[in-house]
Amino acid sequence: MSEQTTPGAAVPGRSVTELAGDVPVHADRPAQAPRRGLLHGPAGRNLGLVIALLAICIFGVATAGERFASPENALTILRLASVTGVVSIGMTFVIIGAGIDLSVGSVIGLASVWASTLATQTMAQDLNWGVMVVTALAVGLCAGLVNGVLIAYGKVVAFIATLAMMVAARGLAEIIAQRKTQVVSVQGFLDFFRGDLIGIPTLVWIFVLVSVAGWILLNRTTFGRRTIAVGGNPEAARLAGIKVKRHTMYLYALSGLGAGIGGVMMLGRTTAGSSTNGLFLELDVIAAVVVGGTLLVGGRGTIVGTVLGVLIFTTLSNVFTQNNLSSSAQAVAKGVIIVVAVMLQQRIAGRTPAKT
Amino acid sequence: MVSADPTKAPPVLLQMRGIVKQFPGARALDGVDLEIRAGEVHCLLGQNGAGKSTLIKVLAGAHQPDEGEILVDGTAVTIPHPVAGLKLGIATMYQELDVVDGLSVAENIYLGHELAVGGFSQRRAATAHTRAILKRLGHGDISPHREVGQLSAAGKQIVSMARALSHDARVIVMDEPSAVLDSEEVANLFRVVHELTSSGVAIVYISHRLDEIRQIGDRITVLKDGRTVATNLAVAQTPTADLIRLMTGRDVEYAIPPRPPVPDDAPTLLHVDGLGLAGSFSDVSFDVRAGEVVGLAGLVGSGRTEILETIFGARKRTAGTVSVGGETLRPGSVSGAVKAGIGLSPEERKSQGLILDEPVYRNITLSTFTRTANASFLDEAAERRVAKEQIDALDVRPSDPARAARTLSGGNQQKVLLARWLVHGCRVLLLDEPTRGVDVGARSEIYALIANLAKGGAAVVVVSSEIAEVIGLSDRILVVSEGRVVHDGPATSIDEHRVLDLVMEGSAA
Repeated sequence: MSEQTTPGAAVPGRSVTELAGDVPVHADRPAQAPRRGLLHGPAGRNLGLVIALLAICIFGVATAGERFASPENALTILRLASVTGVVSIGMTFVIIGAGIDLSVGSVIGLASVWASTLATQTMAQDLNWGVMVVTALAVGLCAGLVNGVLIAYGKVVAFIATLAMMVAARGLAEIIAQRKTQVVSVQGFLDFFRGDLIGIPTLVWIFVLVSVAGWILLNRTTFGRRTIAVGGNPEAARLAGIKVKRHTMYLYALSGLGAGIGGVMMLGRTTAGSSTNGLFLELDVIAAVVVGGTLLVGGRGTIVGTVLGVLIFTTLSNVFTQNNLSSSAQAVAKGVIIVVAVMLQQRIAGRTPAKT
Repeated sequence: MVSADPTKAPPVLLQMRGIVKQFPGARALDGVDLEIRAGEVHCLLGQNGAGKSTLIKVLAGAHQPDEGEILVDGTAVTIPHPVAGLKLGIATMYQELDVVDGLSVAENIYLGHELAVGGFSQRRAATAHTRAILKRLGHGDISPHREVGQLSAAGKQIVSMARALSHDARVIVMDEPSAVLDSEEVANLFRVVHELTSSGVAIVYISHRLDEIRQIGDRITVLKDGRTVATNLAVAQTPTADLIRLMTGRDVEYAIPPRPPVPDDAPTLLHVDGLGLAGSFSDVSFDVRAGEVVGLAGLVGSGRTEILETIFGARKRTAGTVSVGGETLRPGSVSGAVKAGIGLSPEERKSQGLILDEPVYRNITLSTFTRTANASFLDEAAERRVAKEQIDALDVRPSDPARAARTLSGGNQQKVLLARWLVHGCRVLLLDEPTRGVDVGARSEIYALIANLAKGGAAVVVVSSEIAEVIGLSDRILVVSEGRVVHDGPATSIDEHRVLDLVMEGSAA
């Protein structure tokens, strides 16, 4: 069907073409209805996150000085952020689609264990270390697909389906690893993932690539548009002809794939597959996505916000560590940040979700 | 009951005068008057969207009116929150019964105003009071200790009513109380209502079932488009046809443009044969030709919306076939229907049609963004261009394509939905209540638009609660009643009265 045949063009007295040139310049301007100043709308929210990140950095320089401000430390922060970051990108899609995926931490564990079993490593030695990568990604994708099918077609609530996967995947990882740590001995794999390119660690490159790919996928493709539509109003999306169930399934598959990539990265970083890899990581991931401005009710969120959210938490951890503060103190600070960030967002969003 | 002589009439308990309630993009109430006397059953009538729900929420204190006043016993009051409403003796039984399934009957009845001394609940007192109230309602058989989740819908309703009485309510608002009940339970409900009114309690009774109103109502107020169109009608002296006319009819104060007759050789675009949906409607068959407008007339709940949604695949048909241009559609597949060139503009624009926080242009291109995309990459410039064309062609105001759909008025939101299917190039358009919540000016524009669509060769099916509107717009009228098509004929050979007669005959059957 071509656009030229639209019956709408039949409305008389108005030429459609003469007005077609009137396209606004700001192609990506947020569509927030009443704009109330700079901090409103997604771009403004991200500005707020940048300010928060800068504040943490200033605090870091003030308290830890050179130790914090060195390039080595910056790379350390980025390397630590990379696994959470990659998984958070997938999670951003799920949450914009009005879902949740609690299983990502366990899937990281399962993927890292599966990719480092004796059998897989032997095969990797014989063929190519890429076998381990493919295995981990396939494990992640399959776990995500199972989640997606259960949620979209089995009508299981996302929280429950992914909670079940979280428990089961961790258990499966323990069975496979027999609660032992599987040291990676495939040199090619270790060289690649522990190496760097022009001074930047491979893991950080992967984080950058996945973030850019995620940004393009969300903002520039039909997949991204469907995600926002499905999360914003699933009934309207369905009645517009979008296959909501199928898309929901894809979202969880994507998140699973993200966890699979995270599993490979974890394997590279720790050089060992263990069923405890990624334990509780889902909490960090969800926190980063939410602090990054993605609404849990769906329909709204940004990749840039998620990346900033991840960096805020990792940098904060680093500053605390530099100052020899305990991880317990970090946990308290994280909790406070989550609450403050979400409260600020609700203020800025200007709409109270409460209904009587 | 209510005497014609005002000196003998029971005292006025409650009065609402000129109530106005504005929501973003819609004026839900636009000057409503209501007067409730002690001991009467005052029926509130109106179509969906007439403002009944908003009105009772204002009365309950859940919404604040923007204008107007509420008087209780002749004194102006404000009801800032639901507890204040209860203190004034106004209790509301909502349609979705607001009982907590996991609590006992007594706990539900005293929810929010527990009988307690120093934080310790007086369970025995609550039980005793509950027993007394249930007895008063003629339901001494319900144990106060019973878990509410185990009760039937009728039982839950009794609990809800008992709660109202536990607040010493003098006015009880019942929102479609009979909707969930079978006929025996309805009879019992009526008995309880009679007992309440004979003790001086006033009931505000909302129902779509006119025969019920005949049975228990004393006086009637009719709402339409957020306004009181008739008030304090005595039930006994008001014919049912007048009531329906008040609810649905309106003088056609806006122009429906005339259209030339559909040429005899126009091809059939939509073919519906023996269509059925279990529990809703059955055996619906009709054809719509290119350039033809077919109207479905009937009351709320007659199955007209379900028929449209089933044609569209939003509900999975259980019988019959639907075909577009000779191609049979798969049951329950919206994307298949859209691909075949059908578009549905749903009854509930906000919840079913629009993504309210997304910009207007993305709402317009929601069905077509994949088509403008190059290999899955969006072409937003093209989207904005086609959206802008439609915005200008349909005169959507404001014309900024980047505005959030939420900020538009009802009429303009409707235009956005129509624009979506225009961009898509639909051959068959299903329009469910295209003018609900649309102001008079925008109405004429939407009528012109529908006429133009037909002129452009589309097959159009229109559902509307306003019978005059359906007749005016359509070439052919199907009258739907109780899930059956009771009449199928040209629009020129039928008038509003005949449609109403058919609707009522169908309901009586």
